[in-house]
Amino acid sequence: MAGEAGADAARRAADLAARASYGRLLSLLARDWRDLAAAEDALAEAFRLALDHWPSDGVPARPEAWLLTAARRQLIDGRRRQSIRAAAEPTLALLAEQDAREDGAAFPDERLKLLFVCAHPAIDAASRAPLMLQVVLGLDAARIAQAFLTSPAALGQRLVRAKAKIRDAGIAFVIPERAELPGRLDAVLQAIYAAYGSGWDDIAGADPRRHGLAEEAIWLARLVIQLLPEEPEARGLLALMLHGEARRGARRAADGAFVPLAEQDTTRWSTPLIQEAEAELARAARHATLGPFQLEAAIQSVHAARAVTGRTDATALARLYEGLARLAPTTGVLVSRAAALAEASGAETGLAALAALPAGDVLSYQPFWALKAHLLRRSGQDEAAREAYGRAIGLSSDPAVRNFLMQASQRATD
Amino acid sequence: MQYMLIFRETDTEFGMRDDPEKAPAYWGSWMAYVGALNQAGIVVSGAGLQPPHTGTMVRIRDGRRQVQDGPHPDTKEQLGGYFVIDVPDLDAALDWAARSPASAYGSTEVRPVLPPPPQPGG
Repeated sequence: MAGEAGADAARRAADLAARASYGRLLSLLARDWRDLAAAEDALAEAFRLALDHWPSDGVPARPEAWLLTAARRQLIDGRRRQSIRAAAEPTLALLAEQDAREDGAAFPDERLKLLFVCAHPAIDAASRAPLMLQVVLGLDAARIAQAFLTSPAALGQRLVRAKAKIRDAGIAFVIPERAELPGRLDAVLQAIYAAYGSGWDDIAGADPRRHGLAEEAIWLARLVIQLLPEEPEARGLLALMLHGEARRGARRAADGAFVPLAEQDTTRWSTPLIQEAEAELARAARHATLGPFQLEAAIQSVHAARAVTGRTDATALARLYEGLARLAPTTGVLVSRAAALAEASGAETGLAALAALPAGDVLSYQPFWALKAHLLRRSGQDEAAREAYGRAIGLSSDPAVRNFLMQASQRATD
Repeated sequence: MQYMLIFRETDTEFGMRDDPEKAPAYWGSWMAYVGALNQAGIVVSGAGLQPPHTGTMVRIRDGRRQVQDGPHPDTKEQLGGYFVIDVPDLDAALDWAARSPASAYGSTEVRPVLPPPPQPGG
C-alpha cells in the first residue's frame, strides 16, 4: 500500500536525519537555550512530529531545517507556558532572526562546543563520557549504562544532575582559549577513550571489564579530528582505538576462548584498520608534540609490526612504556610497563617493578594479579604463582578470561 | 554502604557441584572469587547454600501450618548463596557482582541492606 510505503520512507528519512544530525541539531538548540535537557525534549518532540507529518505531507526538502524549526517552536511554546516574561522576548526575536539567517545556508556545526561543555572540569569526570554519548550521538541511557556497568536508573540521575549543572552554573558553549585548549581537549579525549572501554589485551590476560561502545567512540574521535585537525593527541587517540579494533576478531578463538595478544594469529588482524591507525599516527607525529595517546598508539604500533616482521620488539616497547609512565603514571600504565620490562629484561625485573606499586592501588586490580601470576610461573615459583592466579581468577568478570587463567594455573601445578 | 550480593544458579550449575569432571572448575572459580572478596576486606558475612531440593518451605495459613519440600520448582534460577559486602557505592558493588561466577551463567542481584530503623525516643 502506498500509505505504508510512504510511512516507511518517512521513518527511514527520520531515522537517517536522527543519526546524521542529532548532535548537530542538539548543539544548536543547546547553544541558544543553555538548557540541554529542555533542548533534548524539544528535539525528541520534533522527531515525533516528523513521524506524524512526513508520511502524509511528504519528507521536506531540508529535513534538518524542518526539525530545527519544529524543536525551536517547542522550546518557545515551553517557555511561554512556563511564564510570560519580558526577558524571553529578546530571545524569541533572536531566534526568529536566526531562523531567517540559517534558512538556505548550511548550519554552523556547534558540536565541538557541545563536546567541550560535556567534558567541562565542573562536570563530574565519571559523567562526561555518558553525557557525550547521550547528547552528541543520541544514545539512550539504558544502552550507555550497560557499557559502563552501572544501573540505568543511577546513570539517568547522574545525567540529569550533569545537565542541571550545565544550566545552573551557566557553563558557556564556547571553544576554550588557545592557552586553555590542551587541558580541556585532554578531558574530551579521556571521555571518548572511556566510552571506548577498557577491553585491552595484555600479556597475561587483562580483564575486559567494559565492552564499551567502540564504534561510537571512534566516531567521536573522528569528529574531533574533523573539527580540530591540528591536534596530534586526537589523532593519537584515534590511532590507539583503531589498533584495538584491528585485533577484535583475533581476541577469541573459534570456541570463544580468550587469546592473549602474544598468541594472536596476526592473519586475523584487520590490515586496513592497522594502515589507517599508522596513517593517523604519522600525521600526529608531524606536529612534534608528544602526548600519552600518541605513545599508547605507538606501543600498539610496535605490537602490530609482528604481523609483518613476525616478532615483537621488546626493547622498543620497554622504552615507550618508560616514556608513558613518566607522562601518565596510572596503575594500568605501570602494570603494562612491568610487563614490557619483563619481556625486555626478564621476569625478575618485571616482578620487581610490580613489587614497587602501592599495595592499596593493586589490591583488586585484575591485570596486576594476572601479570604477577604469569611472571611467577615463568620464574619457576609455582606455589606463589598459583596463589596469584587465584586472585586474578577471582577478580575476572569475563568467563573466557577466567577459563584462560584457570588453565594457566593448572599448568603451574602440573 | 552495605549491599547483599544474591547469587542465583540454574540446575546445571547445582549439578556441577559434585560432577567429578566439572566440579574442579566450578569450585575453582568460586574459591577464587571468595578469596578475592576476602582479600579486599569488604566481606560482612556470606555463605553458600545447599541445593534447592534440600530446602523446606513453611507457611501459616488460616492458623494452619503448611510444610512443603523445596522452593517452587517453576523458577529456573534458584538461590545458591549470598554475600553482604561493605563498599563505597553501588558501582563498586556492581563491579563485584560482575566478577561472581554466577553472573556468567545465572544472575547476581545487588540489593542495598536496610539500615537499622531509628530507635524510638533515641
